[in-house]
Amino acid sequence: MKLELRGITKSFGPLVANDHIDLVVEPGQIHALLGENGAGKSTLMNVLFGLYSADEGEILLDDEERTFEGPGDALAAGIGMVHQHFMLVPVFTVAENVMLGHEATKSAGLLDLEAARTRVRELAARFGFELDPDAVVEDLPVGVQQRVEIVKALARDAKVLILDEPTAVLTPQETDELIGIMRQLRDAGTSIVFITHKLREVRAVADVITVIRRGRVVGSASPDAAETELASMMVGRAVSLSLGKAPAQPGDTTFEVRNLTVLDAAGSVVLDDVSFDLARGEILTVAGVQGNGQTELAEALLGLTPPIAGSVRLEGRDLVGLSPREVLDAGVGFVPEDRSVDGLVGDFTVEENLVLDLVHTPAYSRGGALNLGAIRRNAEHRIDEFDIRTQGPAQAAGRLSGGNQQKVVLARELSRPLKLFVASQPTRGVDVGSIEFLHRRIVAERDNGTPVLIVSTELDEVVELADRIAVMYRGRIVGIVPADTPRDVLGLMMAGVPQSEAEQQAAEHPTAGL
Amino acid sequence: MSDEILPGATSPTIGMPQPEAPTPGAPAGGATSEDRAASMLRRIATGEIGVSVLAFVLALVIGGILIAAVDPDVTKAAGYFFSRPSDLLTAAWDSVTQAYSAMFKGAVFNPDAATFQQAIRPLTETMTVATPLIIAALGVAVGFRAGLFNIGAQGQVILGATLGGYVGFAWHLPVGLHLLVALVGGILGGAIWAGIAGFLRARTGAHEVIVTIMLNYVALYLLSYLLTTDAFTIPGSNQPTSPGVDESAQLPLLLGDWSRLNAGFIVAILAAVFVWWLMTRSVIGFRFRAVGSNPHASRTAGVSISTTIVLVMVTSGALAGLAGAVQILGTEKQLSAGIAGSLGFDAITVALLGRSRPLGIFLAGLLYGGLDVGGRVMEAATGTPIDIVLVIQALVVLFIAAPPLVRAIFHLPDPTAPRRAKVRPEPVVKGASA
Repeated sequence: MKLELRGITKSFGPLVANDHIDLVVEPGQIHALLGENGAGKSTLMNVLFGLYSADEGEILLDDEERTFEGPGDALAAGIGMVHQHFMLVPVFTVAENVMLGHEATKSAGLLDLEAARTRVRELAARFGFELDPDAVVEDLPVGVQQRVEIVKALARDAKVLILDEPTAVLTPQETDELIGIMRQLRDAGTSIVFITHKLREVRAVADVITVIRRGRVVGSASPDAAETELASMMVGRAVSLSLGKAPAQPGDTTFEVRNLTVLDAAGSVVLDDVSFDLARGEILTVAGVQGNGQTELAEALLGLTPPIAGSVRLEGRDLVGLSPREVLDAGVGFVPEDRSVDGLVGDFTVEENLVLDLVHTPAYSRGGALNLGAIRRNAEHRIDEFDIRTQGPAQAAGRLSGGNQQKVVLARELSRPLKLFVASQPTRGVDVGSIEFLHRRIVAERDNGTPVLIVSTELDEVVELADRIAVMYRGRIVGIVPADTPRDVLGLMMAGVPQSEAEQQAAEHPTAGL
Repeated sequence: MSDEILPGATSPTIGMPQPEAPTPGAPAGGATSEDRAASMLRRIATGEIGVSVLAFVLALVIGGILIAAVDPDVTKAAGYFFSRPSDLLTAAWDSVTQAYSAMFKGAVFNPDAATFQQAIRPLTETMTVATPLIIAALGVAVGFRAGLFNIGAQGQVILGATLGGYVGFAWHLPVGLHLLVALVGGILGGAIWAGIAGFLRARTGAHEVIVTIMLNYVALYLLSYLLTTDAFTIPGSNQPTSPGVDESAQLPLLLGDWSRLNAGFIVAILAAVFVWWLMTRSVIGFRFRAVGSNPHASRTAGVSISTTIVLVMVTSGALAGLAGAVQILGTEKQLSAGIAGSLGFDAITVALLGRSRPLGIFLAGLLYGGLDVGGRVMEAATGTPIDIVLVIQALVVLFIAAPPLVRAIFHLPDPTAPRRAKVRPEPVVKGASA
């Protein structure tokens, strides 16, 4: 089905989120919509899906003008949408989720669950992936939940499928699988609108690329355009994608982790005998597929989960057994992996969040009374220094875009002298322009002589920032390798293959790239 | 790097078994049910003031309909509605205006009174009744803003009155000191009582709603028992009331003998200022609010959740206990089983109505006191049952708990709507440097 948007305009008060946007998606085409966070991509798709009504402009399907009063109309017209945050009932099975809203019934109004099961199996088989119709959704990994969303759309005969930032929550493996499914769908004639800000993915899968910046279409590009070119279009200025950082000048080894072992609530080992050293002025990145003990490592270092064995020494002092407060006060800067849950208080203002773990220090309070002037001055300084895009220090942090929220967390943690900096997923869900900025700040902290530990599931980021890379698999460190280790080898190690074997295998079966 | 597009795509991890470790963030729902309950509580307790005002107006309108409906004159006029419909409307209008004006005269200002003192006496009475209500509601509000539902204000008020009263009648201290010690006794009584619930919540996870409700019963029957013991009763009497508190422990009257208004009202003002300072200007209040809003981020920022929970409950209970002490040292002067009335429960309503903000609570407390005082006068003057007042109070809470309903009735926009929009492009201004 051919989809055409003509002159779509949508404003929220004084903000023009979409300014006369034109877009044509041909049948059997993957059309990437590329833009920074807040550029207006999702607004446009919500207009198309009937969630918002456009102020101006028209939507044409197969050259016929259509208006959608709500998602129901859009679904009926053959438009399916997979939201960034899944719209699934966690306690329902896959088949129940798929049939929800258009339940088939047998005589006497009984649910025809078998029909839904058959439909799920049929669709899964057609597009070559596995999906158990009777699995309960909340037990499934994120990547599989996303497949359920896709099947849900396909089960309603979607001819146009909108994928809103589908890879934001996926591991590299799951991303690969999703890309495979997208290609299958395209070959079967489905039109796909793929919303993203990740350049590699766009180039890997898109047939046509439309770039949106500040609510306007700023141009289109072909998939073989250079990444730097796409990035510049997206942010409106030249962006350097490679960090080009100077080689590390490691100083004394001040941070030592020895035989750290952590159990989860159920008593199984999630961090298994982990040991590593970290020197001043050095970045060690931890690579691994999500869920291999990296989260537990970061939390154990902060003192959120007590280890059952091992030691963590920072400048000779054992941090094991200290409370998070004491660890932070010992000079550890900590960026948690999920900023909206663990990093920020969404209802609090930007200025309050910028001192969240510092209010008790003499700089911001005296005798238990807050020093509001100092808190405001700090906020103004950090907003300027980190280029945090906000309406002001008193804006609620929860209303900032993801990238700006992340800047608030990093600004806070980097705003005091540190003896160790630990950051998990420092740029998850952050746009290209901000990633560059945040990476430079992290390298600057290294160059200040701080030992830096970065945990990331984005291989790009791991390689970009690392002076050394520790690869984790099932709670263990498989090996610690130099930053220039080939990606093939890292990939194998992330699957648990020891370093020497991984190098051998990679040499025997070089991958051709995409 | 340029010929290798996707890191994962070239990696041989495809087809490898999934790691057994759970994938974080997997459940589609995300937030736990407790998080949802907490955020619902926060929305109800801290929404906009406008909804409170409109909720009150709506409750008055519905209250008016009920007043008319139970009035015998109105009922009679309704009997011949089709022959003279205007009679019904006139009768209804008269009945409602008479009832509400009697309520106003009883609660605020009586223009028919002979002297000025008599004319404003209703207002001072309203202020007197509002005093303990405001203080206890401030305590409940501290809990609300820290994400804790302290239903146990009633029990804490009772304990505060018991301890404060005991110091008042059993100890004999110099003037000035005696009152101070009695007030501190009340604070301690409430703080300890709420502290039990806080400790149990922090240590064992026992939900504070259930624990505080149960502690309300314990407090009530503890007081009933104490009032049978020699230490708490007048020697030689078998009445379940304590001796009167010493003159030196009483809160002095502010305006003279003609009004019951006492220094407790000043204590209430000071308490409101203190709570304002605590919640907006102090490190402890900052942590209270942070834990109430996002315990996960607070914990990651080094705040001890369990310590904070205990502190919040102790602060909340201390204020409720102070309210109990003010009640006995200011107006009651004597301990009896009914000392707290329904103070602790009304305080929850006042905290809700005042949106957990000190100024809001102060005004809501006065309003509540006025309804109470004026309602009694209304019943005496017009025969309208005081139960109508209880219905109005209940409706206020009902409407506050359902802001969308109030907004729909008054065609107000939903302030949270833009927040629901998935992408809201931030205006490209740099706040500070601009």
